Amino acid sequence: MTFHLTLTVNGESRAIDLDDPRVTLLDLLRERLGLTGSKKGCDRGQCGACTVLVNGRRVNACLALAVSLDGAEILTIEGLARGEQLHPVQAAFIEHDGFQCGFCTPGQIMSAVGLIREGHAGDDPERIREGMSGNLCRCGAYIGITQAVLEAQARLSAEQGEAA
Amino acid sequence: MNRFDYVRAGSVAEAVAAAAEPGAAYLAAGTNLLDLMKGGLTRPGRLVDVTHLPGLDRIEHLPDGGVRIGALVRNSDLAYDAGFAKAHPAVAEALLSGASAQLRNAATVAGNLLQRTRCPYFYDPASACNKRDPGAGCDARGGETRLHAVLGWSEHCIATHPSDFCVPLVSLDAVLEIEGRAGAREVPLEALYRLPDDRPDRETVLEPGDLIVALRLPPQAAAFAGHSRYLKVRDRTSYAFAVVSVAASLRLDGGGIGEARIALGGVALKPWRARAAEAVLAGAEPSEANFRAAADAALTDARPSGDNAFKIELARRLIVRTLARAAAGTPDRMPALPASAFSGDALHA
Repeated sequence: MTFHLTLTVNGESRAIDLDDPRVTLLDLLRERLGLTGSKKGCDRGQCGACTVLVNGRRVNACLALAVSLDGAEILTIEGLARGEQLHPVQAAFIEHDGFQCGFCTPGQIMSAVGLIREGHAGDDPERIREGMSGNLCRCGAYIGITQAVLEAQARLSAEQGEAA
Repeated sequence: MNRFDYVRAGSVAEAVAAAAEPGAAYLAAGTNLLDLMKGGLTRPGRLVDVTHLPGLDRIEHLPDGGVRIGALVRNSDLAYDAGFAKAHPAVAEALLSGASAQLRNAATVAGNLLQRTRCPYFYDPASACNKRDPGAGCDARGGETRLHAVLGWSEHCIATHPSDFCVPLVSLDAVLEIEGRAGAREVPLEALYRLPDDRPDRETVLEPGDLIVALRLPPQAAAFAGHSRYLKVRDRTSYAFAVVSVAASLRLDGGGIGEARIALGGVALKPWRARAAEAVLAGAEPSEANFRAAADAALTDARPSGDNAFKIELARRLIVRTLARAAAGTPDRMPALPASAFSGDALHA
């Protein structure tokens, strides 16, 4: 049986035919849509390397069945920059050395984007560490990650202030 | 992961009929179910997707002062609902102390209640487990028992229920609304879970096809809003299951305690309501001596299920600390580390 679904992936509407309901969102992105930025670390929801936004909220793509998400809007690391212009969270990760090997970085960045959108962290590093606890970094770049999220949060809220 | 038929239910009646078939399971967010299926620990032949059912994702503040939470409300949406968190702060704190932000954004409230134990021997197909394979034995006995039970366990199973959310809910008399083949019925959350006895594979009182559609907190639950806390001791600061957790709520009456509600997590295969401890505190002064007496009453029947006698004393101390925090008053803002027993609230106010 084939399942027909429509997803909006990084702003583009995609009609997808799935021959198998077992395909997770992560496997759909990586193996069928060629979007390999989202990483498969543990594949069990423990490491956060697969974090993407679904309908604007960060989730583990490895623990969601694609077939169940029919109609959803997906944002992955590939859809974050505007052309050559990095998203403020991406720029802040580079500026603050928020990574070493880089494997967890797409998930860290998407999680940080989600955290900032959720609006509960403020400028408190303790709240940011707690809010980012679903993303593991085996290189231990946590200090840089926390600084990057703090700065991106400040920059984004300043921009929002200007826009308002 | 095993092959399965995927059915997207269009109505509750359709879902109940489809899920009543042998081998069927409901799929909501799937954050626990897919994990179990990837490990080969559960192999449903049919998944009935209920996430597209209309009307089950609402939080309704009822005219009588109670609250009705649709089964598909996401954990984070409930925790951050301002009206809900103000009326039921210990429930919000428990929710935010569970899992990670990604999981809370996806996982539904009914899924939270029905998540399976995280006993590592249940998760390891090479270990004997009476819950997974009735009659096989229990390799957790004599094993690593840090996350295992000290109350209500049996020779057949010493696992614990991993949910934080259900601990304050049980203390506040939450009720489930269930639709099944025989129609609608209500079950107190505390009565949902079975203790292991000699059938640890039978985890709840749900029958095939039963679908939790909502849970309700009665109007009385909000009377504790000013003095309600949840504390959770775990092996790391965040994103870990409870070794022991406590929900404590007080209704202060003049200088004394009008009514107390206490439940424990991480100590049994169900959220453990400590009614004997509540009785000790009814009409008493909110003093450390009385909190200690309540803690002793709560753990009277406790016994270690392995190398975990420390959990009994840990539970006593955590009850005393949670009661003291509840008596001091619910903080105005959610602590930076929800349910942390170690960070003083003043530091993060």
